[in-house]
Amino acid sequence: MIEAYGLTKHYGAKTAVYNLSFQVRPGAVTGFLGPNGSGKSTTMRMILGLDTPSSGQVTIGGHTFRQLPNAPRQVGALLDAKAVHGGRNARNHLLSLAQLSGIPARRVDEVLGVVGLQDVGRKRSKGFSLGMGQRLGIAAALLGDPQVLLFDEPVNGLDPEGILWVRNLMKGLAAEGRTVFVSSHLMSEMAQTADHLIVIGRGQLMADTSVTEFITRNSVGFARVRTPEGDPAQREKLSAALTEAGGQVRTEDDGALRVSGVPLPRISDLAHGADVRLWELSPHQASLEEAYMRMTQGAEDYRSTVDQRSGLQEPVMAPPGYGAPGYGAPGHAPPGHGAWGYAPPGPYAAPPQAGWGPPPPAGPPAAPPVAPPAAAPVPPPADPHTEDAR
Amino acid sequence: MAHTTRVLRSEWTKVRSVRSTLWTLLIAAVVTVGLSALICAFTASDFDSMAESEKAVFDATYVSFAGMSLGQLAMIAFGVLVVSNEYSTGMIRSSLSAVPQRGTFMFCKIFVATALVLVVGMATSFTTFFVGQQLLGDHGTTIGEPNVLRAVIGGGLYMTLIALFTMGVAFVLRSPMLAFGTLMPFFFIISGILGGVSATKKFAHYLPDQAGTMIMTVETGGGGEFGVGDRPYGPWGGLFIMALWVVASLVAGYLVLKKRDA
Repeated sequence: MIEAYGLTKHYGAKTAVYNLSFQVRPGAVTGFLGPNGSGKSTTMRMILGLDTPSSGQVTIGGHTFRQLPNAPRQVGALLDAKAVHGGRNARNHLLSLAQLSGIPARRVDEVLGVVGLQDVGRKRSKGFSLGMGQRLGIAAALLGDPQVLLFDEPVNGLDPEGILWVRNLMKGLAAEGRTVFVSSHLMSEMAQTADHLIVIGRGQLMADTSVTEFITRNSVGFARVRTPEGDPAQREKLSAALTEAGGQVRTEDDGALRVSGVPLPRISDLAHGADVRLWELSPHQASLEEAYMRMTQGAEDYRSTVDQRSGLQEPVMAPPGYGAPGYGAPGHAPPGHGAWGYAPPGPYAAPPQAGWGPPPPAGPPAAPPVAPPAAAPVPPPADPHTEDAR
Repeated sequence: MAHTTRVLRSEWTKVRSVRSTLWTLLIAAVVTVGLSALICAFTASDFDSMAESEKAVFDATYVSFAGMSLGQLAMIAFGVLVVSNEYSTGMIRSSLSAVPQRGTFMFCKIFVATALVLVVGMATSFTTFFVGQQLLGDHGTTIGEPNVLRAVIGGGLYMTLIALFTMGVAFVLRSPMLAFGTLMPFFFIISGILGGVSATKKFAHYLPDQAGTMIMTVETGGGGEFGVGDRPYGPWGGLFIMALWVVASLVAGYLVLKKRDA
């Protein structure tokens, strides 16, 4: 059992963790989620007594870490896979840790086998891949057969087989009645591994809930509705009608409406009643990742901006025929009408993959193809990857 | 107490399982003995052309330790690496989460490293003395002469104290680059310059290496490499001053380790 009360940590003027209180119970895998820089690692370091909290305290089984008798036999931790002297071989690294807590040398060979490193135990860890480093770190955590285990981003750098192995290992450890506390910034990973979730953003607690509860509460369905492009009046009209009918409407970046609270047939009826034509009406399920991102939005420290590349861009002449067949009739529409049937012609034509028109490019429902904004000024060729990066 | 034994055993595993330990200690010994031998050989062949005043205060023992001024740099490297490797690799987090009692951790690390340095330092000191005296031939001295044994044992102690001082500094500075960048110029250049300029000489006498060197002199009143004759303290006084520096650096290192986040 790990218990934190009002845990706070300042680094100079920056507050890394603020008033964090939670419990991590035995017999379950508890996921510790948060964006990069949200204070996950700082919290873990405070649990392990490496950092002293500015205020509040955290205890393991009722003791602060520094007061724990024979701590390595009670708590095992993987903090940083690269925290190994590169010139020392894997076995000696583990041996030096084992000797600290009076663990016999044969246990070292045991855990090397458990993590699958038995063949490279005598090799210097300098040559290890990130995945092998993670395995070595996990081996160190398992050495003392501890009741409480902490893992900071354990699946970083592991291959799919390794990820599955870590997942099963954690579940197995929890099933034996141990306390397992795993940090990650991947909701999808945690949904498959953890039983309980603690979500933090900007060092503050955002959710403390079981995974099933999190899923039922957050995976609400919604409909994506698209009205004819280049006619915002229709969109506004439909939006008003839907809101009146009790729906929640949000406009997405590409101009589509995201509607929840109104069933699909009713949306169609309302559109018909308001005399609005629809280009798209599709059902969607919010993924856990989305729910998590909604929750931590505004709590992210590092958010990327769109790479404008304005300092690098030169007006490149498109090769002849570029973007022509299948993307409307080039040469007929005035430039800038990037709607369908009106593919922007000429040298500044958007690359085909960024266009929105027949044939509709296939993609996952949650990630629609990025359409160029309607009536946009002639843009430099947009790179879809930079759009996705947000 | 059982706990301390385990930490000691772990630190021994750490120190013996990396190559840098072997290399730095080996270089310290080889450079000290080699350079001293070279200087002794030159001195022996030039002895007759030396001025009478120089001959009068010639310290055969001290000459055979001449290589230590360079060899000690490898000892410094050992002291820095043994401590700051923990920080540069991140191993310190594993170590401290296994040994939350930071004082115990520091004591054991320093104890193991010091024991190793003491053995290597003593062996180096005796070897360089005997090799040097052999090369000095008629101008040399023997271990049985008054104060000579004290000087030879002192040479080993000097190397040990230098390494100890370095470890304390490394616990404060943590980064190996920072520690090297501070200690190497200090011992190799600054100390020499301050000791060479007459205005600062008085203060330079109290620097750890210059004070510690006194223990290796036999002929007092003479002017060895650093002009040891005009010191206001004797051989043991010098070693004591050096020991004070060592204590100061270790206390500073302990306080930083105790207070600062790892």
